[in-house]
Amino acid sequence: MDETITMQVTRYRPDKTTQPVPVDYQVPLRKEWTVLDGLNHIKATRDETLSFRWSCRMGICGSCGMNVDGEPRLTCGTFLSDYAPGPVRVEPLANFPIVKDLIVDLSDFMEKLPRVKPWIIRDDDVTEIDGEYLQTPEELDAYKQFSMCINCMLCYAACPVYGLDPDFVGPAAIALAERYDLDSRDHGSRERLDVLIERDGVWGCTFVGECTKVCPKHVDPAGAIQRYKLKAAQESVKAVLLPKAWRRTKGRR
Amino acid sequence: MSTSVTRVPSYQRRMSVFWWVHKRSYFLFVMRELSSLFVAWFVVYLLMFIAAVGGGAEKYDAFLDRASSPLFLVVNAVALAFLVLHTITWFALTPQAMVLNLGGRRVPGVLIVAAQYVGLAAVSAFIYWLVVLA
Repeated sequence: MDETITMQVTRYRPDKTTQPVPVDYQVPLRKEWTVLDGLNHIKATRDETLSFRWSCRMGICGSCGMNVDGEPRLTCGTFLSDYAPGPVRVEPLANFPIVKDLIVDLSDFMEKLPRVKPWIIRDDDVTEIDGEYLQTPEELDAYKQFSMCINCMLCYAACPVYGLDPDFVGPAAIALAERYDLDSRDHGSRERLDVLIERDGVWGCTFVGECTKVCPKHVDPAGAIQRYKLKAAQESVKAVLLPKAWRRTKGRR
Repeated sequence: MSTSVTRVPSYQRRMSVFWWVHKRSYFLFVMRELSSLFVAWFVVYLLMFIAAVGGGAEKYDAFLDRASSPLFLVVNAVALAFLVLHTITWFALTPQAMVLNLGGRRVPGVLIVAAQYVGLAAVSAFIYWLVVLA
């Protein structure tokens, strides 16, 4: 018989239980099996009602984020053999409300993301019809790292500030704001700063640094937030020291 | 701009008061935050010291007596440990917050950290010279 490992999976069935409960499942322990493979095995052979999100199986789509042994991970890139002999705990992403089993409600992030205006803002009427915006490799490098975010929400699950204060805008949203701020085609940094300079913006962050550690795409949201704090502080000093007209023109890039 | 997001019924979880005890990185973070109190204590201690020096020989001797009491020694030893933690952790975090570009290339983080230790050593050497040697 094959070697097995126990997966302790959080089940929450609002129609049956009032709170989430861990349920043990034995699954085959195979070298090439990920936690997601284990969940699919349970769904296929043990309980078809087990609910979880997944799609690409290759760390691109960002759907299959869960807490594995307490750490936020993409389950498609997390191997069961690394947790042998087990048991391995599989829980819904921390800090988010649970809808069913391993599915969490991400609507809080969906509300916050547009607030930081993560798109290119121009202060002229130039559109793509007028031609391309050319960028040098250096200009691309300036923001490329922050553009790798796949919205998997692992950073929110790792962030105790977000867990304690759900009003905090959060790591991914700020990293995405930074991504557009650093883009040479964008003129919207002033508008984003107006949002992020508020109490629930960058100043909520206490630099725990876990968001960067768990990021599967090496985006470094913690770095983005600290750089934003510097920008916010510089703007506050400017606001006190400089005449209004000068501030406005210099606020844009 | 307005966004409309459909809310679904869900189970809300609460973070435990001891969320920081179970994970090493969270524990270190909370200790780093706590270390700020001890930094503040050393500032107060330094101000007390300066006041004693300014107050003449009698006050200075009284301050030294108080400073060598077991309570002060223990508090200062603990404070020193936290100060070392404070220094090491913040120095280590600096490159993440500070992006330095020289000649079009980003200065590696290890150089920024090393520069801080060199700065710390230089300031310490100057203070040692000022207080002990000069």
